[in-house]
Amino acid sequence: MARAWVFESDVSTDDIIAGRYLIKHDPKELGAHAMENISPQFSRMVRPGDVIVGGRNFGCGSSREQAPITLKAAGVSAVVAESFARIFYRNSINQGLPVITCSGVRSGFKNMDEVKVDLKGGTVRNVSTGKVFKADPFPDFILEIIKDGGLIPYLRRKGALKSGK
Amino acid sequence: MSMTIAEKILARASGRKQVSPGEIVEANVDVTMAHDLTAPLAIEALEGMKVKRVWDPSKVVIVLDHQAPATTLELAKDHIMLRKFVKDNKIQNFYDVDQGICHEIVPEGGFALPGRLVVGADSHSCTYGALGCFATGVGSTDMAAIFATGKLWFRVPESVLFRIDGKMRNRVAPKDLILKIIGDIGVDGATYRAAEFAGDGIKNITVAGRMTMCNMGVEMGAKTAIVPPDRLTREYLRGRARGKYKEVFSDRDAGYVEERTYDVSKLEPQVACPHRVDNVRPARDVQGVEVDQAFLGSCTNGRLEDLVEAVKVMGGKKVAKGVRMIVSPASREVYVDALNAGVIQKLVHAGAIVESPACAACMGCHVGILGPGEVSISSSNRNFKGRQGSPDGKVYLASPATVAASAVKGKITDPRDM
Repeated sequence: MARAWVFESDVSTDDIIAGRYLIKHDPKELGAHAMENISPQFSRMVRPGDVIVGGRNFGCGSSREQAPITLKAAGVSAVVAESFARIFYRNSINQGLPVITCSGVRSGFKNMDEVKVDLKGGTVRNVSTGKVFKADPFPDFILEIIKDGGLIPYLRRKGALKSGK
Repeated sequence: MSMTIAEKILARASGRKQVSPGEIVEANVDVTMAHDLTAPLAIEALEGMKVKRVWDPSKVVIVLDHQAPATTLELAKDHIMLRKFVKDNKIQNFYDVDQGICHEIVPEGGFALPGRLVVGADSHSCTYGALGCFATGVGSTDMAAIFATGKLWFRVPESVLFRIDGKMRNRVAPKDLILKIIGDIGVDGATYRAAEFAGDGIKNITVAGRMTMCNMGVEMGAKTAIVPPDRLTREYLRGRARGKYKEVFSDRDAGYVEERTYDVSKLEPQVACPHRVDNVRPARDVQGVEVDQAFLGSCTNGRLEDLVEAVKVMGGKKVAKGVRMIVSPASREVYVDALNAGVIQKLVHAGAIVESPACAACMGCHVGILGPGEVSISSSNRNFKGRQGSPDGKVYLASPATVAASAVKGKITDPRDM
């Protein structure tokens, strides 16, 4: 069962992974410090499959691609938010982390509510309350990128990288 | 059909006559930059793509600046790897740990020219828009795609026009203006948009001041921030520009989703209070907050005129007892100019700690880490919780003048009171 971790608006990529950890290359090490500055218990308590529910402008600030890498490594299966900052949004797709824009979702969840995300159908369900939120469904190629775990595995599977240079 | 500067540059770079906001285009990137915290991941991604060489080494700039010189073993190893990558790829535009901050190096080195499309693996790459180019930040996988192909897809942004009128009073700076704007529209007030700063008032703002403003475009969510080129742009680029350039301007009847006017003659010094860049108040209202650290530097405000202004405000007085004033010139060129102008000597005699040109105290991974409960007044661009070290520290953002005044008084001070 996936649980919702609810955050305020304007969660920055510094909040997701602080600058002092960017020298770490092992995703597991990054994941161990996920959300440390704003939610010190997060990385200890988060369970594989859990979902982050954010407000507006999720992922603002630095372009560090370590941010989606950190969340994935911590076990987060998706981020659902009212809106996203643009670099984080692109980076997340490139890393295969589903980022779902969903109006009204922030006020529709309490921390630890059970959540079910249907990427293909474009819905986010609060199982605890029964409420369903409509999201913009991803086009098929983005779904494939996410399924493959990011842009590079996707391109590799497609054979686009075979020739090399 | 009429277009804004941002639209014209994306149209040219994607080989089209016309583009409109919302359209997705694949564009040829004119110059690209990555630094020591983003290049390693980009190179990993490039290897994942099985690409061994960058598409055009003359268009790649690599700068070691975020932790420069290295203060950890991990980053020392990354620096070694990057030096090898640069050598293997025959990248001439390589700036090692002694040269300064990427966002000062790229304009200084004449890479950011009017009309160009410049993409950096750093969110503050929008700084270069001060020179009339379309400059934006991306992550490491997108950077790897550029390294491999020289191309990247973009959604053409809507443009918002900030019309600047008037002339700023003494001790009021472009930093105060951009803080005021962000305070008004919020940290997501320009998300996905191109912010264009124009009007007669912008002509009174130096190129360095324009860089300060464009630098913080991303702090209101903007994809890029642009100032139309003018006489000051051309003067700045004389002797620097790498290659020819064609100036691009918005059409008279270009479409903006929003227009805002600022009369800067009434502007006062501003401070962004913890922990949000849009938590902006007049410096007067925050006066008296005691500070442990005063940081003068960063890609926002580490340029010569910033250091000169700080020295003027300090007026020969010493840094207050118990305050660490950390100064890091934005680049070696700035450092040397400041030395020749006698500015570094004055700062040192006042009790400041002068660090080598680099990102320094801005982002909590090099010198000047804040401890629990400590307060910093900083000329940089972000005051997020934990940005400069402990999550229990507090960062206030302000102009170089306000930072200098606060360093001398030991508490946040309106520089007009000095």
